[in-house]
Formats: sequence, structure tokens, C-alpha cells
Amino acid sequence: MSKYNDVIIIGGGIIGNATAYYLAKKGLSVTVLEASKDIGIGGSSRNGGGVRQSGRDTRELPLAMWGIKNLWPGLSEELGVDVEYTQKGNLRLGKTAAHQKILQGLTDKAVSCGLDVRMINGDEIRAINPYLSDEVTCASWCPTDGHANPLTATLGYYKKARELGVRFITESPCFELRKIKGVIRQVVTPDAIYEADKVLVAAGFDSRKILATVGIDVPMMPLKMECLVTEAEPPMFLQMLGTADADFYGHQSKHGSFVFGGSSGFEHLNKDNGSPISSSIGASCTCRGIIKYFPALADAKIVRAWAGWLDDCADHVPVISPVEEVPGLYIACAFSGHGFGIAPAVGYNVAEMIADGHSTIDLSALRYDRFKPKQ
Amino acid sequence: MKSINDRSQDIGPFVSQTDDAIIICRCEEITKGEIRQAIHDGMFTVNEIRRYLRAGMGLCQGQTCGKLVKNLIARELNVIPDQLDPATSRSPMRPVEMKVLGNEEVSHV
Ligand SMILES: Cc1cc2nc3c(=O)[nH]c(=O)nc-3n(C[C@H](O)[C@H](O)[C@H](O)COP(=O)(O)OP(=O)(O)OC[C@H]3O[C@@H](n4cnc5c(N)ncnc54)[C@H](O)[C@@H]3O)c2cc1C
Repeated sequence: MSKYNDVIIIGGGIIGNATAYYLAKKGLSVTVLEASKDIGIGGSSRNGGGVRQSGRDTRELPLAMWGIKNLWPGLSEELGVDVEYTQKGNLRLGKTAAHQKILQGLTDKAVSCGLDVRMINGDEIRAINPYLSDEVTCASWCPTDGHANPLTATLGYYKKARELGVRFITESPCFELRKIKGVIRQVVTPDAIYEADKVLVAAGFDSRKILATVGIDVPMMPLKMECLVTEAEPPMFLQMLGTADADFYGHQSKHGSFVFGGSSGFEHLNKDNGSPISSSIGASCTCRGIIKYFPALADAKIVRAWAGWLDDCADHVPVISPVEEVPGLYIACAFSGHGFGIAPAVGYNVAEMIADGHSTIDLSALRYDRFKPKQ
Repeated sequence: MKSINDRSQDIGPFVSQTDDAIIICRCEEITKGEIRQAIHDGMFTVNEIRRYLRAGMGLCQGQTCGKLVKNLIARELNVIPDQLDPATSRSPMRPVEMKVLGNEEVSHV
């Protein structure tokens, strides 16, 4: 088979898979190179499934709002896979005056961008979710937020892109990009050299090493975060939840299990074993956090815990950008822990950027060269 | 050794079999036919099948069906089962109540 393509995408996570799908729909020939044995083994299979607009940076919000309006509602049908998209709102919970202040600040910013989000009190909160303890006194409420299944969404994009002729090759880590006559041309892996007119780097925090081979840097660091899941429980509530204090976030899945993520406070110091293994303190700490908000879940059994890397950017907002210094090169990484909810919108708009030279949503605030020294 | 890395390789069409209705993953009630169809959808590894269908994600965490799923994939792709990795094992070993897992004294002096 030919090693030449219109586009090569490095990284078979949801960003790479979604972009491949939308490019193939436009008729371009695409190969996706994935370093590991499994498609979607990175953050895309390890996240909490939040599809939210509330709490997002104003530079990212237009993508989040556009994707929720235009892509998420029809995604299961489009991909032929149930992505379990559930749009029943997001509650960000608080217990203290300090929490109230954090939530109010986030809410004011989102309202100024045209998002329907408002502060509500304890009674209003328990009218939406009667399982929350009396300790919860305030929340921000965004009725158009929600959640989806990251596993089926990531693999659904893969399945559909593959059906449209996208070639996926696993165990093919790119270790070098090469320019020919000043423009991007070759993608080098241990087994083969692939050629394309355009290359998208969407390899999570590993994008940094790959981009370094053509002299480009994105200031981001890996950060390990942990999640856990319970056995299936009877249906309790449909909202996505988070807290002002970031003790935990999560939702009940269609299957009945609760998926929760949380932090112990040691994330930035977590041991790197070469693979993201959950720590001994993470799940226990998250359980304590959850029980304080949801006493009714104290008897729910945890069946599985895991960890994943975030590609945490200097300003905690993604880099989605063409690289004019290396014509033909594009970047989509540094999602900083919120790349799942915007993934369909990112894939759609990056495909436009690559194929048409411009995108529906203006992504100029997410350029790779926005990082400036403090003086 | 034949590689499964090229996901566009021709593995032939999905042909239904008489025992496609038998249940392979008892916890999540996933049938042989569903697993074989998922392989034809491009899920070539045990982890991918698990994430796509939930086979091996239930109470026993795949301790019963893990090997069966692996053998089904090997047969469908015409490779030897040893070539395929098992699904990733995860803590805890057995399901544990939140109040038990979280039951630990943390004193902040
Ligand atoms: C615990 C956790 C919870 C999260 N919760 C949420 C949430 O609730 N909502 C939300 O919106 N987001 C959440 N996120 C973030 C979200 O998961 C990510 O932003 C998103 O999945 C990023 O997708 P990606 O395709 O860029 O990265 P990944 O899924 O990490 O994919 C990158 C791929 O590139 C491959 N790769 C690496 N190096 C190379 C190479 N050299 N050559 C070829 N391939 C390579 C990797 O193997 C990987 O498959 C969470 C993340 C974590 C870890």
C-alpha cells in the first residue's frame, strides 16, 4: 500500500480519530499513526466523560458551545455507535462562602460569553438532584451541559473513519518530522517513512517531543489524574457534577455505573512509572470526597480505578493551530484535561483548517505562538 | 509473524455463525456474534473490544471471559492468541464499598 497521503495524523486518540473522520468525509486520503497497540489508549479512554461549557476559559468556550449545539446531539447516529450523549445539565457544587465566590466568578465570565448558566441555592439544587447532602449550599447550574461515553465516542470515530477508508497503523510511534525544501513532508517511524502534504500532530503531551524535531515548542507538562467507577446502580440522576473545590467530578453512566474523577493534591508530584498507574491514595481520597456530597453512595462498590495523563498547557487552554514556520504542519494538543467535550468540534474545525485553509470557529486565540515571557 | 497493526487489512466479510447467540461475557451479557461483529468494525485488541462493547468490564472484570475474547479475536484475524495482550488489570482486586475504600484516618495537624 502507498505510503503517500494527503494528510498524516500522529496520534490515534479522539482528536486524531475525529479529525481523520471529518477529513475523509471531505474526500482526502488520510493515515493515522498510533504509537501503542491500542487505538484510543491515552486520555481519550481515561477521562470522566464531561461535555461541558460552564467553567471553560473564554478562548475555548466558542468551540465547546458550537460542538454541543451542532455535533453532539447527532453523533450516535452519525457514527453508528451509541456515544451515550446525555444533555441534562451540569451542577458545580459548593459548600462555603469561598466556594460561592469561585462559582460566581466562573458564572459571570460564562454569562458574558452568552452561556445560559446561573447560581442556584441549596433548595434549588436538591430539587434538581435530591441525593445531595445538606452541606451543599450553592452551585452553578448550566442546563445545556452534559456527558457522554468517551470509550465509544473515541472508538466510534475510529470505526467510522476506517469505514471511509482512513488507514490506521498501530505500534507506529513517530520520532521525527522532516521538511523537504522548507515544507513538511516526511513522518519517520521505526518501520517506515510516510509522506504527506500535510501533517497533524495530535499525540497528547508526546506532541512536544515530536514538534521539537522541527524546532517548534508547546509549553505543556504531563499531569497524572485518577478516576474510578462503581458497579451498576439503579438510575439516580442524569446531571454531570463537579465541585468548586475540585474534590471530585462525575456522572452516572447509561449502564448504571458512576464514573468519578478526583484529586488527592499530589497530582503534580505523582510518580511516573512509564505508564499511568493509579496511586495508593487517589481512589480512597476521592471516595471520601464523594461520600460527603452523596451519603447515599457510601455502599456503592468500586470495581475499577485508573489514571491518565493530562497534557497541561502553560495557560491551561489547548493549542490548535497551523504552523506557518513549517508550512503544512498543524497542531492539536495541550488540551489540559478538557479535550473530550470539545473533541467533535475540534476534529471538524481542524479538518476545515487543513482542507480549506479556514475554519467555522475562529481559533486564533489558540495559536501555538501565543506564549510570551512576562516582561 | 502476521501483524495486526495495519487496521485496513482484509479480514474477509462478517459471516454469521450458528452459535453467535451464545453469551461470552456473562456479567455484561455480550454474545459471541457481537464480539465478532466488533472485530469487523476494527476492534483488533482485547482492550478495544472491552471499551467498545463492555465485555470484561462488569463485576468480575473479565476474569471469566478474558481468554475467550482473546481466542475469538485470534481466530477472526487468523493470528495466534499469544500475539494478543490481555486486557489491562486494574485495582481493586475485588469490588470494594466506597465507605470501606475511603475509610482511612487522615489527620491534618
Ligand atoms: C483522568 C482524566 C479525566 C478527564 N476528564 C475529562 C472530562 O471530563 N471532560 C473532558 O472534556 N476532558 C477530560 N479529560 C481530557 C481528555 O481526555 C483529553 O483532553 C482528550 O482525550 C485528548 O485527546 P487526544 O486525542 O488529544 O489525546 P490522547 O487520547 O492522549 O491521544 C494521543 C495519542 O497519541 C499517541 N501517541 C503518543 N506519542 C505518539 C507518537 N510519537 N507517535 C504516534 N502516536 C503517538 C498516544 O498513544 C495516544 O493514543 C480528562 C483526562 C484525564 C486523563
